[in-house]
Parts: sequence; C-alpha cells; structure tokens
Amino acid sequence: MALLNITSPHTHGANRTGRVMRLVVYATFPGIAALTHFFGIGVLINVLLASITCVAFEAAVMKLRQRPVMFYLADCSALVTGILIGVSLPAYCPWWLIVSASFIAIVLAKQLYGGMGFNPFNPAMVAYALLLVSFPLQMTSWPTPLPLLPDGQATLSLVAALDKIFFGTQIDGYSSATVLDIMKQNAGLTLNDLYKKEAVFDGRWAGAGWEWVNIAFLIGGIYLLYKKVFTWHAPVSMLAALTVMAALFYDSGSSNSSGSPIFHLLSGATMLGAFFIVTDPVTSAVSNKGRIVYGASIGVLIYVIRSWGTSYPDGVAFAVLLLNFASPFIDYYTTPRTYGHKKPRRATDSTPRDGH
Amino acid sequence: MSSLIRVWNIPGGVHPPENKKQSLQLPLGEIPLPPVLVIPLNQHLGTPSQAVVQVGDNVLAGQLIGAADGTFSVNTHASTSGTVIAIEECAIPHPSGIAAESIVIQPDGLHAWIEKEECADFRALDRLDLLDKIRAAGIAGLGGAGFPTAVKLAPKSTQIIDTLILNGAECEPYITADDMLMQVRANELIAGTLLLSHILHYPEKLLIGVEDNKPKAIAALKMAIASASVTDPEAKKIQVVSFPTKYPSGGAKQIIQILTGRETPSGHHSADIGVICVNVATAVAAWRAVRYGEPMISRVTTIVGEALQTQRNIDVLFGTPISYVLEQHGFDKNRASRVVMGGPMMGFTLLDLDAPVIKTTNCILAPSKQELPAPPPAQACIRCGMCADVCPASLLPQQLFWYAQAEDFDRLEAHNLFDCIECGACSYVCPSTIPLVQYYRAAKGSIRQNELEKEKADRSRQRFEFRQARIAKEEAEKEAKRLLRQKAAEEAKQKLADKAASLSALPQVSQTVPDVVSAAVAKVSSVQVSTDEQKTKLERMVNAAKVTLEFSQKPLVPNKTNPVISEEQLVKQQVRIKQAELKLAEAEKKLADFIATQPVQNPTDAKPIEAAQATSVTPEIIVAAKTATAEVTATIEDPMAAAIARAKARKKAAAIPDKSDEEKRAEQIKALQSRLQKARERLAQAEAENDPNIEAFRLGITKLEERLNEIQNSIGLQTG
Repeated sequence: MALLNITSPHTHGANRTGRVMRLVVYATFPGIAALTHFFGIGVLINVLLASITCVAFEAAVMKLRQRPVMFYLADCSALVTGILIGVSLPAYCPWWLIVSASFIAIVLAKQLYGGMGFNPFNPAMVAYALLLVSFPLQMTSWPTPLPLLPDGQATLSLVAALDKIFFGTQIDGYSSATVLDIMKQNAGLTLNDLYKKEAVFDGRWAGAGWEWVNIAFLIGGIYLLYKKVFTWHAPVSMLAALTVMAALFYDSGSSNSSGSPIFHLLSGATMLGAFFIVTDPVTSAVSNKGRIVYGASIGVLIYVIRSWGTSYPDGVAFAVLLLNFASPFIDYYTTPRTYGHKKPRRATDSTPRDGH
Repeated sequence: MSSLIRVWNIPGGVHPPENKKQSLQLPLGEIPLPPVLVIPLNQHLGTPSQAVVQVGDNVLAGQLIGAADGTFSVNTHASTSGTVIAIEECAIPHPSGIAAESIVIQPDGLHAWIEKEECADFRALDRLDLLDKIRAAGIAGLGGAGFPTAVKLAPKSTQIIDTLILNGAECEPYITADDMLMQVRANELIAGTLLLSHILHYPEKLLIGVEDNKPKAIAALKMAIASASVTDPEAKKIQVVSFPTKYPSGGAKQIIQILTGRETPSGHHSADIGVICVNVATAVAAWRAVRYGEPMISRVTTIVGEALQTQRNIDVLFGTPISYVLEQHGFDKNRASRVVMGGPMMGFTLLDLDAPVIKTTNCILAPSKQELPAPPPAQACIRCGMCADVCPASLLPQQLFWYAQAEDFDRLEAHNLFDCIECGACSYVCPSTIPLVQYYRAAKGSIRQNELEKEKADRSRQRFEFRQARIAKEEAEKEAKRLLRQKAAEEAKQKLADKAASLSALPQVSQTVPDVVSAAVAKVSSVQVSTDEQKTKLERMVNAAKVTLEFSQKPLVPNKTNPVISEEQLVKQQVRIKQAELKLAEAEKKLADFIATQPVQNPTDAKPIEAAQATSVTPEIIVAAKTATAEVTATIEDPMAAAIARAKARKKAAAIPDKSDEEKRAEQIKALQSRLQKARERLAQAEAENDPNIEAFRLGITKLEERLNEIQNSIGLQTG
C-alpha cells in the first residue's frame, strides 16, 4: 500500500451522474410507449435516430477536443438529449430534421459552450426552437393519432414510415391539427361546443392521444421524484403556475377561454416539459427557492404563449429558453440564508465576513 | 429523567453507512508500552508548547515536558516514565504530512507517576483554581479540533452561559470512542459535567447530546445520573438528549442548533449565544485532572478497518506511534487502501505511519481496498443541487465549486465560503464525485494567503508614502531655511549699506565709533571679493557642466567589464545627457543673471552712499535707514566724508598684520599639498577605471592647485 494523500471524505454515496441520466432514460419509456401507441413506429425511429446521432456527435466532438471518449459518453447525457429530441419532434419528420436537431443540440448548444455542465441553455430546446423557427411546416406536422384514424386503418407500417422519413414520400391524410392548434384558432365557439364539434377532443380532457401521452410522462416524472433524481420544486411550481393561469383565465369556458386547467396540464408538451426539461439541473436556477421561481415563471410563460402568442400553439421550448436566460438573475435574488447569518447575502455582496 | 428538551432539526445532512458495530464487539482495551513515545509539542489548536526538558533527562508519567506558550496554548506531559532521548522534528499526524518539534521518550517500563494532587471536593475550590488545574493538566478538546479547554471554559464576563452541552453525538461513521467512553466512564462523565457546570456558574441547562444509534451509552448515562442524584441534587439537572442519527449532527454548531435551536452567528463563538459545547471525553479528562490531579496523557481511540485483524477501542498513551498501534492490531499492509486519522468523512490520510497518536486522534481507520476504494475520477458538475440539499450550513456548494474553479474570491466570500465547516456531506452525495471540500479548502487557503499579502503590500505602500511625505517635508524645510537665509543676508547687506551711508554722512559721529566703520568697510570689501569669487565659481560651474555633458554624450563603447551595451545602459545614458544639459543650462543662466546684476551689486568704485541710494528703493529700507540716522538727527549731505572714512579704515586694517600668520600658512600649504597628492592619486585611479566623475576630480585638483598658488603667492608678497 502506498501512502497516498487522498482528500476527505473517504467514502462516497452510491449515486453517480451516469446513474442519474440512466434513470431519466428509463423514466421516458412510458411516454415513448404512449407516443408510439398513438402515432406509430415513427416515434421509435425518431428516438433511435436522434439518440444515435446525438451520441455520435458527442463522441466526435470529444475526439476533436482530445478527451477520453468513453469516459464522457458514460455519463449518458447525450443519450438523454437524443431521446428528448426524438420525442419532441413530430413523428415521421424528415431524417435531416432529426440530424440537424442533434447537431444543433450537441455541437452548438452544448459542446461549443464547454460541454456537460457548462451549457447555459437546454440543448434539446435550443434545437427544437431553432428548427421550429426555420422549418415551421415540418416541425408542426404531427400525424393523426390512432383514435382519429378511419376504422380499420392502423398507423404507418415500418416500410412506409422509413419511406416517408428518408425519401419524403407524401401520404394522404397523414397529418392533422393538434388540439392546441384548434384551441388557438377557435373563435366564437364555447368550449362545450368546441369539444362536441371537434372529433379530436373525443369528449374528454385534452384531445385524443395527447392526454395519455402526458399522463405517461407524468408517471415517468413521479418515478424520478421517487428516486430523488431531482426535487419537486421546479416541476411542481411549473404545473401549479400553469394551472393557476388556466384557472384565472378559464372564463367559464366561454368562446374567449383558452381551455381549462386540465386541458393545459394534459396537452402538448406540458408533462414532458415539467419533468424532463424544466428539471434539467444545468440550465435551471440553483437553489430550491430559485427553482420554484424558475418553474413558476416557465408555467406562466407557457400559458401566455399558448393563449396570447400569435404564431406558435405550444410554448414550452420558448418559455424554458427564456428562463434559462433568466436563471442567473433568479440565482442572484434567491441565495439561501446561510447558517449563522441573519439574512441571505446577495450573490455579488462582497462585504468582508464577520470576525475574520 | 425523560428528555424535556425540544430537539430541533438541522438542514441538510447525509446518512452514510454507520459501520460502528465492528469496533464495539470487544471491550475497551490497552496495548503494551511502545519502544519509543514521540510526543509532539503541538497537539492542539494554538501556539506550540515550549520544551522544558533536555535530552538525557529522566521523566515521570505526567511530568510537564512542554510548557504552554501563552494563553492560547496547552501544556504537554510525558505519557510514561523514561528518558528523553531526543528533541527533534518528527512526523506528526497532520493533513499536510509535515514534521514538527517533538520530544522522544524511551520508556523505562515502570510507568511511574509524578506525585498527584488529589481534590475530593471541587466545590471547595475557587473557579480560577479549577481552571488553573485544567490548564496545568494540558487539556485540549478531544473531539477533533483540540481547542484549549481552559480557554473555552473561561468565557468573557459579557457572555452569560445558560446552556452547557456535552457533545456525545459522534456522528462520523466508524468512530465509537466516545460511545465506548460514555459506556464505561459514565460516572466520571456525570461528575465532569457537574464540575464544568460549577466552573461556568451553574448554567440553567446541562445537556448531554447523544445520537439515537448509541442506546447503550444513553442507558449508562441515565443510570449514572440516577446514582449521582442520590448524593448530589445538582445531578438531577443533567439531561441526556437523544436525537436522530444524521451526519454531521456532531459538529459543535450543529449540535447547538439541534439542542437549542440557536445558530452561532457567523464569525462568533457559541459563548456569544450563551452556549458552551464540550466533547464528552474532554469533560472526563477535565474531571480526572481536578479529582486525581492527573494530567492528560492518554485517550480512548477507535482502531478500525478491514485491514486490521482486531477492531476495537483502546485507551492509548499520547505519543504512541500509529505504526505500533496498527501492528498490535494485526495490520495487513497489502489489504489497506489508506490509513486515515479520524473518520471517513473528515479524517485525513496519514503519509507517515510513524506519526504518533495525539490528543485529537479519535480514530485510526485502516480500511481495505474493497471497503473504501480509491475515489473515481471526477466528472463535470451538472449542478444537480444534491450538494445544496445536504449542506448543513445551507450553502450552495455547486456555486462555490464554480467560483473556486474560477478563483473568483469575491464571489466565494459573497457565497459565505468561510461558513463551510468542511463536513464533506456535499462531496459524499456528489454524483460526479467531485472532491468539493478540497476545492473549498484550497480556496480558503488562497484567500487567507491573499489577505496576508494584501496586508503586507498595504504596509509597504504606507511606508513608501510616509517616506515620500518625509522627504517632501525635509525639502520644504530646507527650501524655507534657504529663503530665510537669503532674506537675512539681503537685509544685513541693506542694513550695512544704510549704516555706512548714514555714518559717512555724519563724520563727527563716525569718529566716535571708528570700529564700526572699519568693520563695515571690511565687510563691504569682502563682499566685493566674494562677488569676484562667485563669478569665477559660476564660470567654473558652467565649464564643469559642459565637460560633464561632453562626457555623457560620448558613445558607449563595449569594454572588458562591460562587453555588451544593454538597452538599460542606453536609457541611462540618455538620462545622464538630459541631466547634464539641464545642469549646464542652469549654470549658464546663473552666470548670466550674475553678470547682469553685477554692476548694481558690485559697486567696485562707487561710493557706499551711491550703493545705498541705488539699492534702497524699498520703503522698509528707507524706514530702516531713517531709524538708523534718527539718533544723530542730521541729514546725509557729504558723500566725500564716507570715502575718507573708508580709506582710513583700509589703512587701519592693513596696519594690523597677524604675527603668527607665517606658521599658519606653512601648515596650510602642507595640508594642501597632501590633499593635492591624494586627489591626484584618486584621479589616476579614476582614469584607470573610466569613472564618470573623472571631470569632478580634475576640477578638484585644479582648485587645490589654485588655492595652493594663492597662499604661496601671498607668502611671497609678505616676505617680499
């Protein structure tokens, strides 16, 4: 035994960054399963393609930066980014859209900033937002969910899906407006009438397929909370803020209403955002108090963009990116009170410490 | 004796595997005397003690061998009887692995004690006497920091102590030394608590805080309190408070918060909030020091780890080499991953196993490679915030880490780096296994270093400023003096001229004071001589300046001593040329000024009255002249009389030659010749060395020659 100088503590908890990321990957499985059920094999192809390209880009950049490739791939963070891109982009979207998204996320939004832990913006959301602005048509063409397909018709077969993705073969009646689009374009109908008129609502909470997708992501999120991968502060405050906003402006379901709280909680990317995007520790505020503010602000912004924004039906990506910008600002005002101090110190307060 | 105390929760904390069972299987043991004892003079927090024995001295167990150096220091005692064989630098258990002055004792095997002064009733003694006994016994905190106990037990008069806490939390994994001590020495601990309570003027609350994972210790303490209460009602006040096991509840600040809900203000001592917190083993040692007059020479230490055959607690003498302790417990060097003094959370690795057991050695941990494997490489921080969740001081470790990496010391201070107690909870939970505490320690060290350097720089800056101010002041004083002198000279000149004028105007009066007239004439003529001299002097100055300028303008030629002309030298030459030019300009200006003023100031042939009229243009001088002439009440009207008076005076002066003049001059000539000789030698040397001041030397010689000639001429004149 060599007498090495090893710094304390000499014992470590079992938690590892790789394990955290793997748990996040597992937690996306219910959501992926639900998406696949409702939209077909295209979702899986998305996720697979995005994961492979993300990991490949990560490995390439690590090679370029002359870092040990396997050591960095082992933290699985690129895999998580890939999966998040895969579930965010519409199923059966062209392959180059996925590859571009992976490139933007890993190379531009993450590695150019210094890699893992140094990116100020959520990589998957940067990719999503950039592509949404650049290719609005491709990025909003979601396929018709299973319950709305004519009787007897199934989702696309693998061959047809690959044909669509890689060769851009057009398919009739393939896409349809999402519930958020319908809600946004609604003018003159009360919510009750709207729900009755539009088949997509299927008479329930938030439209065919999507409500179940959100519930599946919620289940994954609860699993991560249970595993203590993150604290409740950011996701719960985001959902709470969204609910409060929706309740405040529900307007008893009149034609001016933007939908009920339950509609907002279960439509679009709400649950995916709450448990898989907002909880990204790298780009969020650091203290628990800060994360409450951060999550709540995102919740409010999502509602604002969904209801009063002019062009985009969903606002999770933009809301998250805007708050990524703001998180250092939030950190400044939300430093916790340290033991032995009367009040929290601001992050730039450099008055000398007591008694030294 | 049920606990009436509210147990508060502390923020953060972790639950590492306790690993306390393995060292509690065997009873408290002892090991044979080692072949040598190495007793460091600094086993505590504060100034090292000073050795009071010499090599070759025979010492007894408990004999003072190192005397405390000041108040914030602790006595050191011989742990057994034997001979001092060396006083030298030896390895000590320290995170840095440094060596420190230690007294090496070869035991004689008798373990003979010094005479002990017992004390049956401590309440009969004065508090100060009790503190003296504790101080004399060399008691320092046994919990880990080694704070001098006598200092801790003497709070300021403004600090009213209402709570005494005996810290038996022992939250570090593996360590069971305090647990064992509380089990086997519960009675002594209760007695010690009463002693400390007495010293601290009977605080309201006497609390023994124990984590709830030590049921045996809690039971033993409760029994001891019950039996002590029979004879001493004060013992009923003592409460044993058990609280949930959570690391780091045994930190002084933490246990105070758990038992009182109060927080020690940042940068203050707990006495400021009315709490004194003492480790249980320290209380026992204090009790033994007072009751039996026993200096502290041993302690209970946990010897634990899978690399050992025997894991247990032992009562071990200070100075016992750790290698010897390990050897006695079947240490397998090949199995061990490291040897740690202290627990796995805050202990440090030993770099030299010959380092001895000291007062702060609460545990020696020799884990196997499976037990505590080498730390995995650190990954990037993902700011997950788990560290912040477990921080007992509610810091933001992830931010501290960020700023520590960036060495942004202002931000570190703003994030209260110095409130970090280095408990290691953040590193423990870090999923990227970043050695966070190490970053904080390094940052603290750098900040302290910077502060020291800043202090130093401030001091030298101050010194420099003071010096500048002093020089400026001196210059100003000199200048003021010079001006005063100039003014005084002018006034004197003026007065003299006035007087001369007035005297010459009144010949009848001047006859009554012939000496005054002659003196005045002599002075005037001397002024005339000196003006001539001044002129030549100025001319010489101009010449010298010219020569210096020429010299300095000479191109620099590489020579033997100076083969390469550096940039610096060129710059210096430029400076020299500039200076020489300035000097020349100054000298020329002076000369020109002098020549310009000459006809006025040097009335060689003019009569004094004219000089007076020419110069007395200012009203003051007129007033002065008037007062000078007031007593004679006459007006100046005959300039010729002045000339007569002057001629008379000159005659008079010439008629009084000095008798001994000749010898004096001979002496002067001799002195001048020797000086000249020396100057020539110096010049020769200067020429050889190519000295820049060579021209000054030449000038000096010329002057000396001139002077010599002058004197010789005057002798010639007189004799001729």
